[in-house]
Amino acid sequence: MTELWYDLEPFLQQGTLGLVNGAFYALLSLGLAVIFGMLNVINFAHGAQFMLGAVVAWMLLSYAGIGYWGALILSPLLVGLLGVAIERTMISRLYKLDHLYGLLLTFGLALIIEGVVRNQYGVSGLPYGVPDAFRMPPVDLGYMLMPAYRFWIVVVSIMVCLGTWYAIEKTKIGSYLRAAVERPQLVQAFGVNVPLMMTATYGAGVALAAFAGVLAAPIYSVHPAMGANFIIIVFAVVVIGGMGSIMGSVVAGYMLGVVEGFVRVWWPEASATVVFVIMAIVLLLRPAGLFGRK
Amino acid sequence: MPQSQRIALVVMVALIAIGPFLFFPVFLMKVLCFALYASAFNLLLGYVGLLSFGHAAYFGMGSYLSAHAAKVWGFTPELAIATGGLTGMALGAVFGFLAIRRQGIYFAMITLALAQMVYFFCVQAPFTGGEDGIQAVPRGHLFGVLDLRSDFTLYWVVAAIFLACFLFLYRIVHSPFGQVLKAIRDNEPRATSLGYRTDSYKLIAFVLSTTISGIAGGTKAIVFQIATLTDVNWPMSGEAVLMTLVGGIGTMFGPALGATVIVTMQNELAEFGAWVMVIQGAIFVACVLAFRRGMIGELQAKLRKPL
Repeated sequence: MTELWYDLEPFLQQGTLGLVNGAFYALLSLGLAVIFGMLNVINFAHGAQFMLGAVVAWMLLSYAGIGYWGALILSPLLVGLLGVAIERTMISRLYKLDHLYGLLLTFGLALIIEGVVRNQYGVSGLPYGVPDAFRMPPVDLGYMLMPAYRFWIVVVSIMVCLGTWYAIEKTKIGSYLRAAVERPQLVQAFGVNVPLMMTATYGAGVALAAFAGVLAAPIYSVHPAMGANFIIIVFAVVVIGGMGSIMGSVVAGYMLGVVEGFVRVWWPEASATVVFVIMAIVLLLRPAGLFGRK
Repeated sequence: MPQSQRIALVVMVALIAIGPFLFFPVFLMKVLCFALYASAFNLLLGYVGLLSFGHAAYFGMGSYLSAHAAKVWGFTPELAIATGGLTGMALGAVFGFLAIRRQGIYFAMITLALAQMVYFFCVQAPFTGGEDGIQAVPRGHLFGVLDLRSDFTLYWVVAAIFLACFLFLYRIVHSPFGQVLKAIRDNEPRATSLGYRTDSYKLIAFVLSTTISGIAGGTKAIVFQIATLTDVNWPMSGEAVLMTLVGGIGTMFGPALGATVIVTMQNELAEFGAWVMVIQGAIFVACVLAFRRGMIGELQAKLRKPL
């Protein structure tokens, strides 16, 4: 029994740490799914907006002395407002066109955002310390000690994901949103301001990305390419989960983070590619995705 | 070939012929490699309506394998470049088989993700040389006879490769097979109901496109004597999209013109570092918002003749 435990322990540990990555996959794919559901646009700039969230947190600290907790609210707000401006001035012109144009536009925006940050701060990382509140002994999970900040990431991301799910599935505004996804013209005829809802949805999705960025700032170094690295993996997560359901994208996010953790024990070199391999297998067996509807 | 395209072809050949007497051959060879790459990409986006966001994988792996073949296996340049093409073909067959199972936006995400997998593989695989890439690739002797160390000599070889592949692409697009591709682009359910196995058509078009991308990457490796991670990373996929978008999606000559414009811009702005990225992003945004037909596309609409 003890021997089996020794074999299993590293898997449990890495799987739990994998939940941290999974938390970011879940938050980002949730934002992508919400935006795609409402606007029918794949937001390629999601990674850049995630990175921008982290950079704005760093800027708030360095230039204005606003710490982590302030940044956790202010940075998503600011980046979300930028998202609102982007939707109003650009994305809203593309709704009548092929979806591919939305992808190309947001790809261009991602290049602009990443390029500007690169010019301003270079390619090396900007340091952002773990907030003081988490300078405490690691959390004892019985089989491992988990740094308090990482524990917090997992807890808060689960809370945010559940909150978003609740807001969309169980509240009145959420029901308008779902109705507008199914029949925009009809909902508009009932007197609901659908274009406003679309703007707000994009802003909220972008704010979610920035929120994830602030969460990530203390554990990943804040640098211009951090978003691009993440977003492509998140695309694979989205293909695996299927964008049909909010819950599907969230669950797929955590699941893949954990699987990545397992693979890190068993074959470390493959941990960077395992998500893509799983995507290929899912495409062979269930082309519509694990939770997707055909 | 309609008259408008015949004129355009003559102009293009003439420009290629006088080019090396006016500009640096190495710069022109870069333009030709990217023109070929973008034209191959356009076969999918322009004529089948499939947006592949992962063409860097075929370009980059073609580049790596050509470099490896020329340097380690001692292949002659034409065989090394053919190795690049075969690499693109093999990789495209596997990835295409997976990707065509989904349409539209998912197709773009799948091809991007698969290409990123190739990138991670190249970062770790020993034969690619990691961050250093494969350097000092010998240009060698064409067919074992013609010494290619001179840029001027190599230029004519690259020009011949470009023209041969370009005419091959033209032939594909204007063949009965190409007609079916366009039918799939315009209305896939209808093409299916006419009895065409659209998946096979898409896969064949995909493999043709990736093969030529591999040839373009391999040629680039021989010209610059280097294959690096840049060739296989996602911004390279974006470049194919950008060049095609600027030149005109679904036009024969657009991607080549777009490649010329973008490569020239990159060369002129090289000293401004990361601003190139910002400018490319801005061109993307501007093209999508206001210039969706691209340069050749606009010209085509004005002349009302295919180009």
